[in-house]
Amino acid sequence: MSDALTLKKAILANRKRTNNFALALCMVAMMIGMFFLLWILSILFIKGFSSVNWAMFTASTPAAGTAGGGLQNAIVGSLLMVGSCTLISTPIGVLAGIYLSEYGNKSRIAPITRFVTDIMLSAPSIVIGLFVYALVVAQAQHFSGWAGSMALTLIAIPVVVRTTENMLQLVPGSLREAGYALGAPKWKVSLMIVLRAAKSGVMTGVLLALARVSGETAPLLFTALNNQFYSMNMNAPIANLPVVIFQFAMSPYDNWVGLAWAGALLITLGVLSLNILARVFFRDKNKG
Amino acid sequence: MAIKLDIKTDEKSNFTASRLNSSTNALEIRDLNFYYGGYHALKNISFDIAHRQVTAFIGPSGCGKSTLLRTLNRMYDLYPNQVATGEINFHGENILNPKQDLNLLRSRIGMVFQKPTPFPMSIYENIAFGVRLYEKLSKAEMDDRVEWALSKAAIWTEVKDKLNQSGLSLSGGQQQRLCIARVIANKPDILLLDEPTSALDPISTGKIEELIHHLKEEYTIAIVTHNMQQAARCSDFTAYMYLGELIEFGITDEIFIKPQRKETEDYITGRFG
Repeated sequence: MSDALTLKKAILANRKRTNNFALALCMVAMMIGMFFLLWILSILFIKGFSSVNWAMFTASTPAAGTAGGGLQNAIVGSLLMVGSCTLISTPIGVLAGIYLSEYGNKSRIAPITRFVTDIMLSAPSIVIGLFVYALVVAQAQHFSGWAGSMALTLIAIPVVVRTTENMLQLVPGSLREAGYALGAPKWKVSLMIVLRAAKSGVMTGVLLALARVSGETAPLLFTALNNQFYSMNMNAPIANLPVVIFQFAMSPYDNWVGLAWAGALLITLGVLSLNILARVFFRDKNKG
Repeated sequence: MAIKLDIKTDEKSNFTASRLNSSTNALEIRDLNFYYGGYHALKNISFDIAHRQVTAFIGPSGCGKSTLLRTLNRMYDLYPNQVATGEINFHGENILNPKQDLNLLRSRIGMVFQKPTPFPMSIYENIAFGVRLYEKLSKAEMDDRVEWALSKAAIWTEVKDKLNQSGLSLSGGQQQRLCIARVIANKPDILLLDEPTSALDPISTGKIEELIHHLKEEYTIAIVTHNMQQAARCSDFTAYMYLGELIEFGITDEIFIKPQRKETEDYITGRFG
């Protein structure tokens, strides 16, 4: 065997060892993450499913000491607030994302917007809740679903802005040039070509923002508060899953604790399906 | 023998003169200079692009031929720090004039790019998008226009049964012909083709070259190409560029058979580049 070959084999063996070692580290890290995730999920599923029943969707939250009850008012309240949050934050977020990606490169406002958005992305949600409390709740002298929706919107917008911008940036410049080459004005190129090309990515961003806000508790504590009864009045305090979970989980009543677990399961399943939906959208996009 | 040859040359030069002096120039480029920031990319370019003829721009990478093409529809205007000086006259107007309406200009001087760029919409909508920008057509008229443009681009028979499918579902060569159809549908005066076949296989390339041959009956065409045979096959006039300068411009046959400049000869015979 020649010297060169021996040397090569030695290098290869060394490389293999390093590779196996790094791979083992990755596996350990993955297992630690998976262990806790599965632990959380299994407890949630066991405790949650044992409390799930049909009344959960048809009855409102029970008063202290009364048996039975459900989460209907909280589910409806959450859907209303998250729904209106989506309707408001999607156009604002997508338009701001278009501005940053397509129009912002020459302006001085764009880097500032980007910076502020990044801060908002990582701002503690309790701060946003307090802000809306001071601005809306304290002024109006009452808690309301709108205030809760506004707090959620403030959390969702930066997520939508940044994902929209990133997705639009992925659209090749040649596609924009092709649009301009036909004599299309900039707004048409941006809205009808670039945004359309990035459609699934933008949708993914909206879904992820939805997933993010649907579990938010802190901002709703100060804004929507809670309501023991079924209500669709967004101008008054309104029940919602996160706050119900927060209150019921710490209560001494067994049926309340059970409902809290069921609510937690419901939110988890909701967020999970949003995430799966987002992945499906994104996979479709990558298929071209 | 010698006499015969002389006659031939004479005939040819008469022919040349009549074609070169033809008053119908689609574009007249005068003292064109182009700068990418501080980099001087085109240096004092002057020549004419003849009406309803194919003009090829050849030269090694980085010689400025694509840059030249992108000044003809002011595509460079999309980017900051890119400046062109001089004149490019189109129907008696200098298109480098800052007051030039760029959208209108680009609807009259269409461009096809190196990589096929179908829009993320149906084949039908790919064509209709550009037409709707400047014309209001009824559904029937639009249907006719779409068919007309796709037929002109020699792709109608391949796509007529799937007009509602995404433009992205076509093969590369079909996508490129769709892009050509999209430009034709706007009824421009001039077609700018920026290496339109460099991303395509030989069969698709052949189809596009054939298409260019048909299109020049109605359109003025300027084509950038890396492929010398393509320039020789498709074009009537050839401009050889090197390092931002126009080294030689003339009738394609003459450039390829008997170039006046040694640099041109070295390039087209493959001794350089």
